[in-house]
Amino acid sequence: MTAAVEITGITKRFGDVVAVDNIDLTIADGEFFALLGPSGCGKTTTLRMIAGLEFPTQGSLKIFGDEVGTLPPNKRPVNTVFQNYALFPHLNALDNVAFGLKMQGVKKSTAYSRALETIDLVQLSGMDTRKPSELSGGQQQRVALARALVNQPKVLLLDEPLGALDLKLRQEMQGELKNLQQNLGVSFVFVTHDQEEALTMSDRMAVMNEGKLLQVGTPEEIYEHPANRFVADFIGQTNLLEGRVVDAETVCLSNGARVTGFSDHPVGTEVAVSVRPERVRLGPRGESRPSETEVDGTAVDGATVDAATVDGAAVDGATVDAATVDGARVDGEVESITYLGNARVYRVRFDWMVIEVREENRPGATLHEPGTPVSVSWDPSAVSVVAD
Amino acid sequence: MSRPTSSAVEPRGWTKGLLRANGWLVYAFFYAPILLLVIFSFSDSRNVGVWGGFTLDWYEEFVDSRQTQAALWNSVKIAVVSTAISVVLGTMSALALERFKFRGKQVFDALLYLPIIIPDVTMAVMMLLFFAEFFEVLNAVFGTELRKGFSSIALSHIAFSISFVSVVVRARLAGMSGHLEEAARDLYASRWKAFRFVTFPQILPGILGGALLAMTISLDDVVITQFVTGPGWTTLPVYVFGLIRRGVTPLINAVSVVMLMASMTLVALSLLVERVRNVGTNQRRGF
Amino acid sequence: MTAVELPSDAESAVATPEFEAAAIRQESRRGFLLALPSYSYLVLFFAVPLVIVVVYSFATRNRFGGTDLSGWNLASYARLSEPIVRDILFRSLWLALLTTLICLVIAYPFAYYLATRTPVVRNLMLVFVMIPFWTNFLVRNYAWRVILGNDGPFTDVTEAVGLGERELLFSKTAVVLGLVYSFLPFMILPLYAAIERIDKRLLEASRDLYASGWQSFRKVLLPLSMPGVIAGSILVFVPSLGAYVTPDILGGSKTTLLGSYIVTQFLTARNWPFGAALSFVLMAVMLTTTVVYFRKGGRTL
Repeated sequence: MTAAVEITGITKRFGDVVAVDNIDLTIADGEFFALLGPSGCGKTTTLRMIAGLEFPTQGSLKIFGDEVGTLPPNKRPVNTVFQNYALFPHLNALDNVAFGLKMQGVKKSTAYSRALETIDLVQLSGMDTRKPSELSGGQQQRVALARALVNQPKVLLLDEPLGALDLKLRQEMQGELKNLQQNLGVSFVFVTHDQEEALTMSDRMAVMNEGKLLQVGTPEEIYEHPANRFVADFIGQTNLLEGRVVDAETVCLSNGARVTGFSDHPVGTEVAVSVRPERVRLGPRGESRPSETEVDGTAVDGATVDAATVDGAAVDGATVDAATVDGARVDGEVESITYLGNARVYRVRFDWMVIEVREENRPGATLHEPGTPVSVSWDPSAVSVVAD
Repeated sequence: MSRPTSSAVEPRGWTKGLLRANGWLVYAFFYAPILLLVIFSFSDSRNVGVWGGFTLDWYEEFVDSRQTQAALWNSVKIAVVSTAISVVLGTMSALALERFKFRGKQVFDALLYLPIIIPDVTMAVMMLLFFAEFFEVLNAVFGTELRKGFSSIALSHIAFSISFVSVVVRARLAGMSGHLEEAARDLYASRWKAFRFVTFPQILPGILGGALLAMTISLDDVVITQFVTGPGWTTLPVYVFGLIRRGVTPLINAVSVVMLMASMTLVALSLLVERVRNVGTNQRRGF
Repeated sequence: MTAVELPSDAESAVATPEFEAAAIRQESRRGFLLALPSYSYLVLFFAVPLVIVVVYSFATRNRFGGTDLSGWNLASYARLSEPIVRDILFRSLWLALLTTLICLVIAYPFAYYLATRTPVVRNLMLVFVMIPFWTNFLVRNYAWRVILGNDGPFTDVTEAVGLGERELLFSKTAVVLGLVYSFLPFMILPLYAAIERIDKRLLEASRDLYASGWQSFRKVLLPLSMPGVIAGSILVFVPSLGAYVTPDILGGSKTTLLGSYIVTQFLTARNWPFGAALSFVLMAVMLTTTVVYFRKGGRTL
């Protein structure tokens, strides 16, 4: 099957600034693809190059196998939903939607009937004579969507389409967009800086920073196995414990403690161990919970190598304030608690490091007051070892 | 920003009284002279500032006077021609400056600014000397018999009107998101069609506003016109100015009121355009 | 220009730096072509005249009132130090400065008052400031001629008040009055724009931090509205300095100002080189003030 969009070695420079730095990217037909990254990372420039609003400095850009790199936007079989919609203020909804068809020379009556159908499709029936200024933000968003979709683009490009909507409406539109995409079977390429939006909506996503493509994969791959420190930090919440690779399965943290962490980085590489707050368990110090047995098993393996750490101190060393770490467990003290309603986030301090622990607010959950000595532990398979 | 209720912002006590009084005085200062002029234009007295009962004689004299009529038509012709040309040129410059990068852009921008801030008298002197030389050269080279008159006045008016039109249109273009043109291009419009169906309708109020401004300034101008006018091409302001210098007569009151009415009509039109303009920008505010 | 052809719209190729450069060049050419008509127009009908004025200012006036362009000299500029000319220059500067100050004193509180009204009232008030701004300049000055003239409304008032028949017309006061009347809107509008832009919470903050009303004006409002003050001052000062119509209608022979003096050189005295030199001085003052303004970070007039 030919890819909907195939980007090979694309670079875009604005003067001395490299906006997009030699990226390769393939987007499959019928895929909901998110381009995610902080502002200025090059994601919008990438989208604009696909649309033809920007010409690449170098590289190949194919849409369904046809090279389009040097085509102007009006010759490309793609359409865009612009950030802030860019609806034509002097035209009503119907004329906005019919615009593309008319420009292509479609007969007026056909253009209008197809426009009306598309307006129905985005559930705006009856709004066709309204000017953009007479429509709410959500309705404008739908008009923008209809205006692009009516042309039956081979790929639909969306530039932060939900950014201007308030939270409630945004969540509603997320679902609708996803449905629409599945029903139409057209590839959507979606630019966003909102990682949660990218995670919930996309089939696959790409994370960009400073013009570089850092990782491409399904949301799950990216969340569970971030390719580097930036991705780990940018996607979701995480604890980054700085350290250095000791061997293929051990990382020595900067306070000397060793933890289990599987990686193929060369020995000595500066890395961070990324542990998601919700993967960390919190217990009173010295208390062994049944769920930790397996953890302890690996922990002992990791810890036997290290004489500096008192083996088993995590269990009995309640009086020792210095960090005691076995393979996947540290002892510390609760510093503060943030109440989130459905969960609590504990900040646990050990040495100068802080680990955030997220505990679901289940009935009967133990509350650990600030100052309480606690022990935190995790499943070694739940951590990622990431380098820069 | 527009919360006028705070005690730190909203003037109170005697400050408030003073500010309000100052406001009324400013308006009185602006409008009393104009109002008095209108009243005296109906006064049946040879003294321009004395009320001598109601009459329409002066307006009758204005209508009957061949000189004023001729001057009026000269003014209108020059205003129409110079406005038409400067609207096209000014709009093109606005587009070039607001939507493109090109070599010499800064110089062009500065050159466009100068006619707005240069004092009338200086511009008048420039034009006088220029046409003296320019027509002489043309006549010598091509054997023409160009003299100061319609062409020199219109050419001078265009020289400053381009700038005013371009400023107004540029403001409108700056307020229009460039994404609109990109959207049009994305929706299969060629460059020309994107301009014709999106940019042009969007900046039309600006173009009209600029045209009205250019027309007003052309109709008002006395200093520059006086310097570049030739036989048979006295405009209304130049004619009236000449009359005033020779001694005031009630006829001038009447002519002035007619000119006043012309200005007011143009103001009313431009306010109307302004309203249309605001309707057009509602969308951007509505986010 | 390199030999890379821009492919026509129908064909397409892999993007290359050469193509990108060609596309950028083409775009810049489009912009240049759009600007070209006005550009050449302004060069011919504005820049060239400007140069001609400069050239003339170094020329000599011949016996018949014509101008000799050969034999450049500084005679016209030397005349600037003559007492008569100096008087006129200083008088013009002084009256323009006075006009600017008066406008500032009237316009500042007015603009502040305007900026603190509700949007509806504010827009209405603005419209009524704009109207005189658009109204025929000559007519507005003439109106004062009528008011201040013999047996006009002004004398009616002074007599009624018991000051006797006061003659204001053809005096410096009348000229300043006319100038203030003509250019006040030029001061109000930029001031209003500057004050309106200021976040009013800053004033609240200053009051919260123990500033008195006067202090918060002096330390917060005034410094923040300075761009408006400067823009307005330039917009009043420059045309006042070059004013010709107002002093001609309302002033007398003792109140000749720079503008009128320049005109005289061309229309009556027929000393074009000297007139050109005076125009050049006027323009230099104008350019200096605006350049200083833009250097100080002003964005637009």
